[in-house]
Amino acid sequence: MDSRIVWLLLGMSLVTYLPRVLPLVLFKNFQLPDLLLKWLGYIPTAILAALLLPSLLIRNGQLNIASHNEYLIAALPAFLVAKTSKSMVWTVLAGMGAVMLLRTIG
Amino acid sequence: MSTGLFIVGLKDALPIALGYLPLGFAFGLLGAEAGLKTLEIVLMSLFVYAGSAQFIAVSMLSSGASNMAIIIATFFVNFRHFLMSTALLPHFRNFSPRVIPLLAYELTDETFVVSTARYSHEPPHQSYHLGLSLTSHLGWISASWLGASTGSALISTEKWGLDFALPAMFIALLFFTLRNKRSYLVACLAGGFSLFAALYIPGNWGVLLAAILGATGGVISEKWIAE
Repeated sequence: MDSRIVWLLLGMSLVTYLPRVLPLVLFKNFQLPDLLLKWLGYIPTAILAALLLPSLLIRNGQLNIASHNEYLIAALPAFLVAKTSKSMVWTVLAGMGAVMLLRTIG
Repeated sequence: MSTGLFIVGLKDALPIALGYLPLGFAFGLLGAEAGLKTLEIVLMSLFVYAGSAQFIAVSMLSSGASNMAIIIATFFVNFRHFLMSTALLPHFRNFSPRVIPLLAYELTDETFVVSTARYSHEPPHQSYHLGLSLTSHLGWISASWLGASTGSALISTEKWGLDFALPAMFIALLFFTLRNKRSYLVACLAGGFSLFAALYIPGNWGVLLAAILGATGGVISEKWIAE
């Protein structure tokens, strides 16, 4: 293996691992303040929305809110199935099925 | 160690692994095109295990960037895990200190959201978390290996809508975390800012800043919105 790639892998692994592990090691014996815990309670919702919205609305680097954005259209049945079935597997299958259908007919 | 809960985690990871399939495959393909050997691609998926950073690394390698530039970019892209790791801390209270470094290593956006969604109504358990994490990681490694070793499309991921697996999973998870008016406000703030940042702010700070803004908005709104 190329030694350049070995160094690259080592460096990338280190700077990826540190933010993942440091809070769990450093703050382990602290009782985090209530306000911070409340704030952290909102983090999953916030991160999900922050990841999801651009992935639905930005296609090929540009804002796309038109009817030919199949992600945007497929999001509707996925939302409905999530609401009624409360199942991740069915939601994923419904979303993928909708995208597949839109690409077949479109 | 509870085998039952490990299996529950394994099952919960199946949609994640399904979503990783097209992404990992594409990463393997691009890595091979950038001149990486199959072993190097698999090792990157094993040791770095961070999708967006791996894509960035491959594209920077192709354009002749230095190791240092790629490592700095990786750090910035992955710093959002710092927040997730802190948010997992209360759930990991009763986990064995020997398992925590491994679980931290296995932290991704997807396993974070799936596990926190579960821990909002079920007690956290390290066996569940291990099953979830190891299955997802195995999915990612296998998919990159497939992409690297085929070098050309084995299945048409686009035709089967596989590229929509991850957004669809995020839709389900987001829906599960929306419990009251305040959580809708948090989602709108974070989603709106993240969209704005993706369009107008260069670099990869958008998701991190959006999460901070959304959570802060949620805490502040507790004064005005009862639920």
